[in-house]
Amino acid sequence: MQINENNKEFKPLIVAFCCNWCSYAGADLAGSSRLSYPANVKVIRVPCSCRVNPMFILRAFQRGADGVIIAGCHPGDCHYTSGNYFARRRMTLLFSMLDYMGIEKGRTRVEWISAAEGAKFSATMNEFVETIHNLGPNKKLEDLRCKE
Amino acid sequence: MQKIGVFVCWCGSNIAGTVDVERVAQAVANEPGVVISTDYQYMCSEAGQLKIRQAIKEYGLTGIVVCSCSPRMHEATFRKTAQAAGLNPYMVEIANIREQCSWIHKDKDEGTEKAIILAKAAIAKLHLNTPLKAGESAVTKRALVIGGGIAGIQTALDIADAGYEVDIVEKSPTIGGKMAQLDKTFPTLDCAACILTPKMVDASAHEKINLFTYSEVEGVSGFVGNFKVKIRKKARHVKADLCTGCGVCTEKCPSRKAPNEFNQGLNKRGAIYIPFAQAIPNVPVIDTEYCVKMKTGKCGLCATVCPSKAIDFEQQDEIVEREYGAIVAATGYKLINLDNFEEFGYAQNKDVITSLELERLMNAAGPTKGTLLRPSDNEHPHEIVFIQCVGSRDVSGCGKPYCSKICCMYTAKHAMMIRDKYPDTKVHVFYIDVRTPGKNFDEFYRRAVEEYGVDYIKGMVGKVVEKDGKLLVQGSDLIANEQIKIEADLVVLATAIEPDPSVKNLATMLTASIDTNNFLTEAHAKLRPVESPTAGVFLSGVCQGPKDVPETVAQASAAAAKVIGLLAKDKLTCNPCVANSNELLCNGCSQCANVCPYGAIEYINKEVNDHGKREVRRIALVNEAVCQGCGACTVTCPSGAMDLKGFTTRQIMAEVDAICK
Repeated sequence: MQINENNKEFKPLIVAFCCNWCSYAGADLAGSSRLSYPANVKVIRVPCSCRVNPMFILRAFQRGADGVIIAGCHPGDCHYTSGNYFARRRMTLLFSMLDYMGIEKGRTRVEWISAAEGAKFSATMNEFVETIHNLGPNKKLEDLRCKE
Repeated sequence: MQKIGVFVCWCGSNIAGTVDVERVAQAVANEPGVVISTDYQYMCSEAGQLKIRQAIKEYGLTGIVVCSCSPRMHEATFRKTAQAAGLNPYMVEIANIREQCSWIHKDKDEGTEKAIILAKAAIAKLHLNTPLKAGESAVTKRALVIGGGIAGIQTALDIADAGYEVDIVEKSPTIGGKMAQLDKTFPTLDCAACILTPKMVDASAHEKINLFTYSEVEGVSGFVGNFKVKIRKKARHVKADLCTGCGVCTEKCPSRKAPNEFNQGLNKRGAIYIPFAQAIPNVPVIDTEYCVKMKTGKCGLCATVCPSKAIDFEQQDEIVEREYGAIVAATGYKLINLDNFEEFGYAQNKDVITSLELERLMNAAGPTKGTLLRPSDNEHPHEIVFIQCVGSRDVSGCGKPYCSKICCMYTAKHAMMIRDKYPDTKVHVFYIDVRTPGKNFDEFYRRAVEEYGVDYIKGMVGKVVEKDGKLLVQGSDLIANEQIKIEADLVVLATAIEPDPSVKNLATMLTASIDTNNFLTEAHAKLRPVESPTAGVFLSGVCQGPKDVPETVAQASAAAAKVIGLLAKDKLTCNPCVANSNELLCNGCSQCANVCPYGAIEYINKEVNDHGKREVRRIALVNEAVCQGCGACTVTCPSGAMDLKGFTTRQIMAEVDAICK
């Protein structure tokens, strides 16, 4: 994928909600294996992908995030047996609604990354940052009153 | 307002190399609530911890943020540090500036900026932390070992010897596993049966060990210290309490069509069978797929000849529910399917065999009574070719990317044993590398080459084809740099090993994770190699990664030690990060209970005081001992009454805000 020329200076802000049991550990593995990805990605640790309240995502966009990714355990492997299924359903609904509101589907993503998949974590983040780069800064939902 | 201390760790140069730690400490020094912000070389060291303890006392800190490695690494360490200084351990937040910052970024400015933001997010979260008190739960003093091979047996024996009850669940009719099929073991050439069967007898005779053979785990619920497990005892169609193991039924059974699994299908067995002479328990099983009586209703010869009337064609599977404090996975391995390796002609030629088949052909209890004969015509082979790394270290996608670890040594063993028994037989070994790290391993391999004259050829085999009753092996010799052809009588493939397929389903039941090769993942590759990331679940043997017998036994005992450590406790500290419901906001709609995977939410009628208005309401009540803190209910709750301690909605929002500033 080529980075859009117009967006070269653009530094996207990406919030990643990572399940403590899989993707957060996958991010740690990416770290200890020195598999780099851009510093634009900031990880927030949650006990399970099902802890991610749609409000968190709305809030992130409202405060100026350009992309939000939720990473959880592979279907069937949830540490709490079924949490990732809840996340999957909720996010499908939320992302459709966000798309309707003008936040392109490319800006939101759910990924399944296990604790052993450091390489996948890094590859996913690299690819996501590139996608957001091409989409350009997000203006929809952004609440300028939040800016200092 | 909290009084917060921020401690930025250098981790030697691990963090300080890419993150300007001093700048991070300065940048957050003026954040609201921060009263001290400092950096140090190794925060986790005794001196670093002392610094934290002193600061807590000196500044009367109400919470600390440690900017260091992953919380999965040292959160527990710093919680203990805080506790030692009189602070509630849950008033500690970690900003992960090593794994998720310094180690993956190269630009120092970028890394430092990110570290500052992560530190600010942790501070923002800490402002909303409240002291949490961990509850306690009882420990069921019994362990479950899944798999009855050498790994499972050793783990069970060690736990039982420490005085705790152990159940072994084994899916096949006998314990013993793959080791029971082996003839000799490297590097000492001990007879495998001679060292294994006494352990099998010990396990079955041990008063603390309970065997569930021909059984499978069907479901697991609960959590560390309090697992509930459903075990399916498959119908043997033989009453174990009546059977004396005389074996008359197995001799008289007229059906002789079933492949003998114990001999790797090299011969046939009856429909009612005991896998091998030393099987434990020594009780036959009816294979319903081949039993004439079960299929057509006519026969029943075994029932007629059984002197103790133990045959029961009507027997049904039985489900047993048991409680355990700890679970050990010891599910072992199998050889990979060779369909992707057509070049070796395994499916077409009877005389192309796997090493495990050779193991049976050389065993005195095997199909040839220990005489090495070719499967096709029962003749002595005079020229044998071993091919190493069949499916191992294969990145083409046909096989497995990893080294199966045991093949170099067992091939040296096979080659040596064949040369010893049949000195007129020529033995060639095609190899990529010979890997012999292990005590007395390289000496063993050198003996095969120097004393027994085994011909080692560095190179791979391109093709094995049948030619006039012989196998033409075409390969390359990389050292001599030439193509070579060998007319062999027998070709032995050092087939890659992979985790037993049952492990996938088991991993789901145990919520233990597996890696891309389906091996169970350990909690930490170096420091916690026998624990799974799921508390109370332990790993023993090849289910965690390829291992030989000595390593398997070592890991099995290590897993047992961890289990004993757990079962020795009377109470376990629960995770205090559990859900709780705000009784003023809850309207008793039951949606949280519907999504709770643990059934931790019940409803009570309680009188609440809503701004002076007293009324009885139906409200949700979380059972803190059962709740595991996933947070599914918090998002489901339409009125926002449910929240998760330690990860409250406001805390996560504060992190989002700090990151998106």
